Amino acid sequence: METRWEGLLRREVVPRREAPTGLLPGASAQVGAGPSPRRPPGSPRGLGATRVKLHPTRICRTSPQVRVPGAVGEQSGPSRLSLGPCAALRTPAHRVPCPRQTSLEEHEGYCLIGFLPAPLRVQDTDAMFARGLKRKCADSEDSPPAPPACSLQRQSLLDMSLVKLQLCHMLAEPNLCRSVLIANTVRQLQEEMSQDSAWQVPAPASAGRGPLERLVSTEILCRTPWEQQGGHSAADSGGSPAPDLLSEPPGAPSAQAPRGAPGCAWEAASPRESRGGFQRSLDQIFETLDSKAPRAAEGLFADVDGPYYDLDAVLTGMVGAKSVPGDGFETLAPTGAPPPGVSYKRDLGELDHVVEILVET
Amino acid sequence: MVLQPSERHYRDWSHRRLGPWCSPTGSPAPLSCETGCGEGSWILVCRLLVPTQVSLLSMEEDIDTRKINNSFLRDHSYATEADIISTVEFNHTGELLATGDKGGRVVIFQREQESKNQVHRRGEYNVYSTFQSHEPEFDYLKSLEIEEKINKIRWLPQQNAAYFLLSTNDKTVKLWKVSERDKRPEGYNLKDEEGRLRDPATITTLRVPVLRPMDLMVEATPRRVFANAHTYHINSISVNSDYETYMSADDLRINLWNFEITNQSFNIVDIKPANMEELTEVITAAEFHPHHCNTFVYSSSKGTIRLCDMRASALCDRHTKFFEEPEDPSNRSFFSEIISSISDVKFSHSGRYIMTRDYLTVKVWDLNMENRPIETYQVHDYLRSKLCSLYENDCIFDKFECVWNGSDSVIMTGSYNNFFRMFDRNTKRDVTLEASRENSKPRAILKPRKVCVGGKRRKDEISVDSLDFSKKILHTAWHPSENIIAVAATNNLYIFQDKVN
Repeated sequence: METRWEGLLRREVVPRREAPTGLLPGASAQVGAGPSPRRPPGSPRGLGATRVKLHPTRICRTSPQVRVPGAVGEQSGPSRLSLGPCAALRTPAHRVPCPRQTSLEEHEGYCLIGFLPAPLRVQDTDAMFARGLKRKCADSEDSPPAPPACSLQRQSLLDMSLVKLQLCHMLAEPNLCRSVLIANTVRQLQEEMSQDSAWQVPAPASAGRGPLERLVSTEILCRTPWEQQGGHSAADSGGSPAPDLLSEPPGAPSAQAPRGAPGCAWEAASPRESRGGFQRSLDQIFETLDSKAPRAAEGLFADVDGPYYDLDAVLTGMVGAKSVPGDGFETLAPTGAPPPGVSYKRDLGELDHVVEILVET
Repeated sequence: MVLQPSERHYRDWSHRRLGPWCSPTGSPAPLSCETGCGEGSWILVCRLLVPTQVSLLSMEEDIDTRKINNSFLRDHSYATEADIISTVEFNHTGELLATGDKGGRVVIFQREQESKNQVHRRGEYNVYSTFQSHEPEFDYLKSLEIEEKINKIRWLPQQNAAYFLLSTNDKTVKLWKVSERDKRPEGYNLKDEEGRLRDPATITTLRVPVLRPMDLMVEATPRRVFANAHTYHINSISVNSDYETYMSADDLRINLWNFEITNQSFNIVDIKPANMEELTEVITAAEFHPHHCNTFVYSSSKGTIRLCDMRASALCDRHTKFFEEPEDPSNRSFFSEIISSISDVKFSHSGRYIMTRDYLTVKVWDLNMENRPIETYQVHDYLRSKLCSLYENDCIFDKFECVWNGSDSVIMTGSYNNFFRMFDRNTKRDVTLEASRENSKPRAILKPRKVCVGGKRRKDEISVDSLDFSKKILHTAWHPSENIIAVAATNNLYIFQDKVN
């Protein structure tokens, strides 16, 4: 998978050189440059995209596109990246402007990209969420794959929940009750997704890995299944490439050292760790809530390093996918049990989009 | 603080006789709570805004506080963040009404005394005292700001001329004494009337200071500060029926305090797991039993209520009773757990029932039956299909409170669009009312509102899609003996009373 990842990036890099740089003022992506100072020596990665400060209003994908299910090989644009929740959260209709939240937008470094809610008009389309979603999917276990819309919405709900978790963690005083409720929802979603994936045993079981590891959701949440394959090879290159691709936000130079720690934690190679990795990220959220370490802006990033891994994962789709041996993907894509295929394709598309942003020069 | 037996009787609500209530025309009318809330009608008594100016003005002499209130009724359409009311509580006689806001201030209103020539003004509440209870703090160890928002206010029963109340923010509980001063000593020897020291050489005669009447001044002084006992955010405080102790509950722990001792508290409940990774449940509310000083309940984010007896052990981690309703599988969704999280728990005045509020319903439980509630009332079930959107905009995490009326026959809770709902437990009727500026002329009768769920919308109905989710009524209070309610809508406080024609 490393190859694939690299290939994607390289393919996108070249045409983007001519793209107008006005989109991302101040972006300092070093494309194809030599190793950035933060990358461990010996890493073969040629890409040193730095995390840019993403101006929330510039990311203008407001019209969500729904993927045509089963259309393997399609590479339409990302479906969900849109105006940052900074704007969404501050719609005056539902929230008296709170001084603490305005700081989020000006916060150096990450700007959260997340689900754009229709501003405060509650819609009936979530009838699907409201009732019996679980049963509906279970009913279709006999028929070939569960309806993709089911997993699509579930996936979007999962992403939204992750964004919320990150968001509340960035605020000055995380509300523990809210965090716990969202975390429980995420756990439940993840369990259901993994159960559903277990129902659709994909043909390439010959690949030899458990269905858990195939799931995009678990990929997004936890690097471990991917890193465990690529971890061995990556270990040779002297460190997980994942952190390198997602370089630290400008305001957190000290985050580099702690980054190694969660990476190491996740390189513990066990298939069951796929869920454990996610668990660990949740744990880290709670640990930091409990911690007494001083929390300056940099300290904030250092402490919540685990969760920010997840944020990065969400943003970049299959960030860990690079370490999966390429054949895993190739075998999957053509046989394409459509739900995983759809998910993969969607995330590939997202990946394209995010890469555009990251690599913009 | 040992109470004499004769002082205890008023705590026993079952013996309380609910006195007749006079309608504005002067003729006595039965309490609507006896006839049912559907048959009476509610009128607006007054609407109160409390920006800072009121507190300054109320200190002056000869102020017609009604004029102040009316002048502020004129439109201020802005909403300062600091003015948002975060808690409302009547005291035990109903004479005083305390509100706390996000700016850390407490404003106490006093009921206007009935007077013969202005009988229609009885029932109005005017500002009695305003003070800054909590200031914003900074926790240097964690680099976290501690909000000064008042989370809860609880009154102590009155034992002398002064009033005592507990107010709490996220971390610190304070005991405030509110007292009146209407006399002051005059005729000091060493000080002159302005308080300046007199030159002893000029003193030729001695005199005894005498107390002379002065303009009424209400002063609030902090008597105790109970700090540094909570790692997490305090969500509830509850005064015990022995009036010597009280408890404060945060997300994971409950502490028991003695009013006299500020540097120690007992931890009576601790649900923090050894490994924070395993945290799945937090405490959301807690309350002492109104009569049994050894019993309390606490609710959780998983929709369960635990009743604990402090006589059983020092650490009440093992509950005596466990109240949980089995989940309805037909209503299961991803949000089932979030909407089952209990936001408020209240004992009935009789002590026999508890009422819990989760996101969509209010449930009444009998203490003797743990496996399901005896009554369930749907507050805004039309939101059940909108849960995803409500999750997106975070409204699903709103914590609504619920209250009993004095005789435990009617329960009330808030909703969105400035609606609040009342449920009569005896007649099973319910009503939806709105606390809004538009239709709130003083003494105007509130019109019941209705939300239409789809299909044809009748003339006065409002459709679900046009509800304003930024206008939510989270905090309400009911007078302990009369049908007077206080409803907090953002920075406005509405006081309604029941008028039976």
